[in-house]
This record gives sequence, C-alpha cells and structure tokens, in this order.
Amino acid sequence: MGKTLFEKIWDQHVVKQIEDGPSVVYIDKHFIHEVTSPQAFSGIEKRGAKLFRPQQIVATADHNVPTMHQELPIKDALSKFQVDTLIDNCKKHGVELYGLGHQYQGIVHVIGPELGITQPGMTIVCGDSHTSTHGAFGSIAFGIGTSEVEMVFASQCIMQTKPKVMRINIDGELKNGVVSKDIILYIIAQISASGATGYFVEYAGSAIRALSMEARMTICNMSIEMGARGGMIAPDQTTFDYIKGRLFAPQGAEWDAKLSAWKELYTDADAKFDLEINIKAEDIDPMITYGTNPGMGLSVRGTLPTVESFKDATEKQNYEKALQYMGLKAGQSLLGMPVQHVFIGSCTNSRIEDFRLVASIIKGKQKDPNIKTLIVPGSQEVAKQIKAEGLDKIFADAGVEIRQAGCSACLGMNEDKIPAGEYCVSTSNRNFEGRQGAGARTLLASPLTAAAALLTGKITDIRDII
Amino acid sequence: MQSLQKLTSRFVPLRIENVDTDQIIPARFLKATTKTGFGKNLFRDWRYENDDETKPKADFVLNQPQYGGEILVAAKNFGCGSSREHAAWSIQDYGFKVVVSSFFADIFKNNALNNGVLPVTVSDAFLQEIFAVGADDTLTVDLEAQTITINTTGSSEKFEINSYKKTCLLNGYDDIDYLLNMKAEIEAFEQTRK
Repeated sequence: MGKTLFEKIWDQHVVKQIEDGPSVVYIDKHFIHEVTSPQAFSGIEKRGAKLFRPQQIVATADHNVPTMHQELPIKDALSKFQVDTLIDNCKKHGVELYGLGHQYQGIVHVIGPELGITQPGMTIVCGDSHTSTHGAFGSIAFGIGTSEVEMVFASQCIMQTKPKVMRINIDGELKNGVVSKDIILYIIAQISASGATGYFVEYAGSAIRALSMEARMTICNMSIEMGARGGMIAPDQTTFDYIKGRLFAPQGAEWDAKLSAWKELYTDADAKFDLEINIKAEDIDPMITYGTNPGMGLSVRGTLPTVESFKDATEKQNYEKALQYMGLKAGQSLLGMPVQHVFIGSCTNSRIEDFRLVASIIKGKQKDPNIKTLIVPGSQEVAKQIKAEGLDKIFADAGVEIRQAGCSACLGMNEDKIPAGEYCVSTSNRNFEGRQGAGARTLLASPLTAAAALLTGKITDIRDII
Repeated sequence: MQSLQKLTSRFVPLRIENVDTDQIIPARFLKATTKTGFGKNLFRDWRYENDDETKPKADFVLNQPQYGGEILVAAKNFGCGSSREHAAWSIQDYGFKVVVSSFFADIFKNNALNNGVLPVTVSDAFLQEIFAVGADDTLTVDLEAQTITINTTGSSEKFEINSYKKTCLLNGYDDIDYLLNMKAEIEAFEQTRK
C-alpha cells in the first residue's frame, strides 16, 4: 500500500520507535522566540548540557515587542527583560538571532518561509502552535511546549506519538470575494474547534492547487484551530517557484538534488487516510466568526444559530456564555453591525499579498472615521516590500497608519490591545475570550472583509463594495 | 520531574467546554522567564473582576469554598489553543496533580505529561457521573492500575496511557534524560541522512 505525504516525511525522520511509546523524531529546523524559550535554555543549563545542533535553530523576537518605535528601548520592564534574555541566550549558545532592529526580524512563521529556511520534506518545530504554517511547503511542522523545546535543544529530536492522518479535499472554484482565510474558517466551522484533534491534516484538491504559497500558509496556519497537530500541502511548481532564489534556498547542484527529492513528496494514489472530507469551493462564502472559538463561524450573510439547535445542556450553556461575552443574540445577523477596530496582521495574514489585497480595496477611499486600526506587517521584509510597491501611500491616503513588524494585537501580550467590550474585525487566528485584551470581542475574518469594515465601520459583505 | 502513583482527592468541577490556554493563563502573564509563580494567575480573567484580585467573581468555581482538591475536572476539549506550557505550569503551581476531561487538546496533553501532571481521559458518561456527585466526594486516580474511581458511588473507569509515559510518570523520569542517552544513535542517524 502507498504512503501519504505525511507518512513519507515522518518515516524519513524516525530515529527510534519506543515500544508502546512515542517515536523519537529527528527535527531539521527549530524556530524559537522570546516567550517559550527562556525556561528551555535555563533547563538545559541546569542539566549541564549543551545545545546539540545550534546551527539548526533560528531565533526572532515577535510576540512581546512593540510595533511602534522599535528603535527605542522596550518600555515594559518584563517584556524588555524577556527580549534581552533571548539576546543573551542566543549569544551564549551560538544561535542565529534575527532580533529587533535586524533586517530579517518578524513573526517567526512569516520569516521562515520568506528567507527560504522553510523547505519541503523537513520536520520543523517551534514553541508556538501556529508552526503548522510551514506545512504549506510540504513539511511536517507543528507547535511544541517548552519542555519539548528543551528536548530539541538537547538532542535535535522530539518524542511524539504518530498522529492519525486526515485529508481535506477542496475542489472547484472559489466565488468572487472569497479567499484562503474563508476556506479555513469554513472548514473549522464545519468540523468544529476540536474536529481534527489527534490528526495531521493534508489539504488537497483543485482549489488548494490554485492558491499561491502565501494563501496556502494562511490555511495551514489555522490547522491547530480545529485541534489538528498540523496541516500540510504537497509541494508543486508553485512551491518550488516560491523558494527558488530566496536567501537560504539551496543553489546550483544542491538545488537540483533537492528539487528531485521534493518532487517525490506527494500522497500515493493508493494511500489510505483515517478520515477524508470533501468540500466544494463554490459552497464557501466570505466568513466571519461570532463566538469565542474559531469553530463558531458563519457566512458574513448568515444568522447566528438558535440556542435550541445545540443538543446537550453543557453545549447550550457554553453557547450562551459565548453570546454573553460577545454581546450578541442567538438568531441575529452580523451584517451592518458597527465595529470599532480593524486589525490586519498576525502569522495568519500579514504577508505582502494580504497588504496588496487590502490596498486594492481601500485605494482612493477613506477609512471610516470611527474605526481605529492596527495594520501590522509580519516582517521587516514585508514592510520593505510595502514601501517598494508604494502601498504605504495608498494606506496613508486612506488615513491608515502602518506599524512595525510583530505579533501585535493577535494575542494581548504586547502594547497592542483591543479595549474591553469593543469589537475588532481581525485577520488573526483566535477569537478566544480576552485573546486581544481582557474583554475584547474578536471577529475573525479575511483581509478583504477586514478592509471592507475599515471603509464602512460595519460588518460588510465585501461583495457589496467590489 | 515529580512522580505520581496514586491520588485520592476531592475535585474542582469546571463545567466549561473548549477551555483554551488563553483562559488557563492569559498571554499578558507569559512574560516571566522562570517556570514558577503562574498559579496565582490561573484562569485569571474568570477568577477576578477587572483583573482586580480583591474582587473575586463569586460564580467561578475556584472561588467557591466548597470545592477544592488536587484534581481538576473539565468538560470536553480542555487545553485547546496555544502551545504555551505556562498553562500546565499554572495548573501545577495552583496545586492540581491530575486533570480529568472527556477530551484533551494534543499539545496540552504533552505539556502536562512533561511536567508530571496527569491528563485522564474519561468517557462522556463517566464525566457526567463525576459532575453529578457532591463537593465532598473524592476521586481516586491509580496510575499503576490505570483506573479512576468515584469513591462514594464506587463507579470506576479504565484510562489509556502508553507504557513508556506511564513508567516516566510513576518514576519521575523525563524525556530529556532519555534523549540525552541516545546521543550516539542520533549522530549515527544524522550520518545516514547526509
């Protein structure tokens, strides 16, 4: 029997299978950042051990950094200490750091691919659940905890139980105004925030093949939001064209050798999945979430479910709790509802194509006067490209300021937060209670839907303005 | 790592589904560079009004004096969301040694096990049985026998754990010690991939 894409890469990386236990899996590339690494560095030091393969680690500062005045010292003392600790640790242990002020600094899941570090067939980990982003290149990439960061520091390996495999096929053509963020929000709404727990997901089908690398990254990025260990897409010409010529991409004879190996990375025709789901691209509308987990999403033209539609008492109670937090009513429509904030950024949607999309909508128009914005490129490189293409001028003319690279208002950790009780249309990945700041009300959507809200001050169907 | 063999304790019932790691420990408390002291911020925004420790929310279970113990029992899909191990650290630092649910998110489960906190997955029906008993009733979790028992009713269920992780937890071994001892094997593996 043939193998799935996941199994091909997994099998190439198993160093040892522990009897009735996890596999010891070799890790090709390890990304680290300031928040989930300090305890792993101190752990390794406490053991008197050394980093086993420091040259396979890349560090950046992203979660806990300001997105304005990065040239000045970080104001919050604890944040500053954490970022300084990363600098010290990287220096001490010989790890390459693209920290604040470095031309390659940015959100870890944005810089890996754009620098050509992320490549097909690799195993990639990072102490961050959105590491699944890198799966868009046909790699096994997943988020890990700090103890696991320490494992990889110590041995370049990790203990993992082999997950089940699921394939989600999306075939057909997307409707006008529908982009990759809508695909993944639709999938999660269909199978729920826990629907893929225990699985590694491969996304396939003609609608996926038609997507750019950046659009594919958005989809793989949110795999964790349905509980999946990771998500991946088989590499193809789109993938190879994206990687070629990037800073750390293979060159010359090495490129040719890698390319022929990468071309073997696909699911065999007779491979078996534990679960397979088929979705028609035509069924997907521009999506928005209404609740407090990413599975609580619907068409921007839809209405919220009734309380009665939930089966058991706990589910009903949880739905009512979410409605109360969000200040919404069962059965209502969201269309036309005023919002106060728009956040465009995060490892989900902060790449150059996202900015091009938004610019195409707001060009020559003015932002709604009541909307406050956080517009945050994913990396210094993206920020540079925005300027090179003159997009900064389009944003400035619309009355919108572009900030500096970082995770920003995705996680309510740094200075960028949404005030309690206010609504934010956000291109990020999580709408949990308090995610964007205590009491903040997050509505997840695509960059197009965010751009529409930016212009109208309301939840708007992008198709009504394009 | 702390070892764990058998535990009999009262429990705290958290009847909430999809408890994500942002609820367990909000991101603004992730600025520390050590593993200690997270317990006071466990479920911070559910515990206090306006982030004010002098104003506990009376309706939240951790603030209800009738409940206590070293076992947390939560509704399905506990620990979803971010990979922050701070979630496991805060649960442990607060004093929980076991978390029971009908369904755990993968990363949380690994993080808990790596810190000697045992995630016990039970059936939906058994979870409802636990939620149905009183605040003074106790549960017994026996790792060796892989059983969880409601002591007042005598109702009991087996739970799954692979024998490697079970041995680690019973003895307080961690994966890093194991991996450090595999260095030669890992180097040999690297040679085969060149």
